[in-house]
Amino acid sequence: MNLFGDAFRWILEPSHWTGPNGIPNRILEHLAYTGLTVLIATLIAVALGLYIGHTGRFRGIAVSVTGAMRALPTLGLLVYLAVLFGLGIQFALIPTIIVLVVLAIPPLLAGAYSGVQSVDGRTVDAARSMGMTEWQILWKVEVPLALPLILGGIRSAVLQVVATATVAAYISLGGLGRYIIDALPVRDYTTVLVGALLVTILALVLDGILILCQRLTVPAGVRAIRSSPGQRSTTKSASTVSTAA
Amino acid sequence: MIRFDGISKRFPDGTLAVDDFTITIPSRTTTVFVGSSGSGKTTLLRMVNRMVDPTSGSIHIDDDDISTLEPVALRRRIGYVMQNSGLLPHRTVVDNVATVPLLTGVSKREARAAALDLMDTVGLDRALADRYPSQLSGGQQQRVGVARGLAIDPNILLMDEPFGAVDPLVRSELQQELVRIQKDLAKTIVFVTHDIDEAFLLGDQVVILKTGGRIAQVGTPAEILANPADEFVDTFIGAERGRRALSIQTVNGKEVVVDGTGRLAGILRSPTPESGRSA
Repeated sequence: MNLFGDAFRWILEPSHWTGPNGIPNRILEHLAYTGLTVLIATLIAVALGLYIGHTGRFRGIAVSVTGAMRALPTLGLLVYLAVLFGLGIQFALIPTIIVLVVLAIPPLLAGAYSGVQSVDGRTVDAARSMGMTEWQILWKVEVPLALPLILGGIRSAVLQVVATATVAAYISLGGLGRYIIDALPVRDYTTVLVGALLVTILALVLDGILILCQRLTVPAGVRAIRSSPGQRSTTKSASTVSTAA
Repeated sequence: MIRFDGISKRFPDGTLAVDDFTITIPSRTTTVFVGSSGSGKTTLLRMVNRMVDPTSGSIHIDDDDISTLEPVALRRRIGYVMQNSGLLPHRTVVDNVATVPLLTGVSKREARAAALDLMDTVGLDRALADRYPSQLSGGQQQRVGVARGLAIDPNILLMDEPFGAVDPLVRSELQQELVRIQKDLAKTIVFVTHDIDEAFLLGDQVVILKTGGRIAQVGTPAEILANPADEFVDTFIGAERGRRALSIQTVNGKEVVVDGTGRLAGILRSPTPESGRSA
C-alpha cells in the first residue's frame, strides 16, 4: 500500500515533469514508438486483410501465420534482432519497431478480413449486379461496413503495442519502459511501479479515445440495425426481421 | 430482344444447372421464368447481366453477343432487382436509388432529383428519402429496389423473385404496382418466380421450367391454361388439383363459378369489352 503512495508521490513531484527523463518526454517517446508501429502495421495488415476478405483467398494461410506470429516471444525476438542488426543507439529503433509490428499485425489483419467477410454476401452480390467494379465494391460497400471491426483491430493492436513498447528501453531506447528497466537492477520498486502505472493510464486513455472513434465511424444505417436486439449476426437477422415485417 | 441459344451451365461442383436452353425474349414485354428450386431459373436470369457465364451457348441482346461485352458496362445498362432488395445498409434511400447513375458520372444534384422522381413512380413517399433501409418495411425496401433498378432508365429489367419475401397482402400490392409501371414504361422485363399465380398475373410470356432449365412449356398464360403441354405443367399450374378447373352452377337464377373441389370461386357476369386480360 505504501508502495502505491510512494509511486503517486513520485509522479506528482514537479521535478519529475521536466527534462529528458521527465514524464512528458517519456510519454511522448512511448507514443512515438506506438504510433510509428501501428502506422506501419496498419499499412501492411489492413491492405492484406482487405485483400483476403474481398477475394476469400489465402485465408487459411493468414490464420495460421498470424497464429504463429502471436506465439513469438517479443523480448526474445527483440534481443535476437538487436544482435542481428548490431547494437547501437541509431539502429536500436529498427529491431524495436519490427518486434512491435509483428505483435500488432495479427489483431489488425483479423479485424480487417473478418470485417470484410462479415458484410452480407447478398449486399455485395447486389452491388456487383448493379455494375460496381471490384474496387468500388471494396471501397464503397465493404470498407464502410467493415469499419467498426477494422477499428476494433486497430484498438486491440494499439493496446498491445502500448503495453509492450516498454521493451524498447531494454535495448537502450526511451519510453516509459525506461523507468522500469532502470529501476529494476537497483530494486527501486517505487519507480518500477510508476512505469507500470503510467503505461496503464496511457493505455486506458488511448482505449477510451479509440472507443469513441469506433462509435463515430459506424455507418448511420448500420447503427440503426445494431440498436435492434441480437448481436453479431445483426445484419442478417435484422434484415430478415424487417423484410418479414 | 434477348436470345438464349443452346445455353448450358455446369457449376464447378459438377451439377448441370441448365441444359441446352433456347428461347427468345421479345422486347418491351414481360417474360416470366417460373419453376421450382433447382430449375435453373435464377441462373438463367443472372446470365443476362453476366453475373453467371454459361458453359456453352450464346446470349444475344439485340445483335450483341454479350460474351463480347465488358460485364461492368453491361450491368450498368441493365436494371436488377433482387429478393431481399440488396440495398446498401449504410446509404439512405435516395442514395441507394442514385447509386448507379452516380457511378456513371451523373452529377449528384441531377441523380438525387431523378431518384426522388423515381420514388414517386414506385409509390414511395418522398419523406422516406433520407431514411436508411433498415428503417423501412419489407414492402418499402422492395419498392426502393425497383426504383434503383429503374434508375438508369434501362431497356432491360431483371427481377429475381422480387416479391418473394413480403407478406401476401403487400405482395399483391407490389404486383399491381409493377403491372401499372410496366404499362407506362414498357421495359423488357425478365422475371423469375416460383409462384405460378404471379407468373400468370405479370407475364406476357410465361416459361415453365423443369429441373436443369428444361422448358416444359412456353406461351401466354391463356395458351398454357387452355392447353397444358403435359402432366408436369398440368400439376404445376394447379389444373389437376381443381383450383383452376372452374365450372358454372346456377343458384337462385344467378350463375356462380365453382372450382374443382366445389368451392365457390365467383359470380359469372356477361363479358364487357375491357374485362380481363387479352389472351
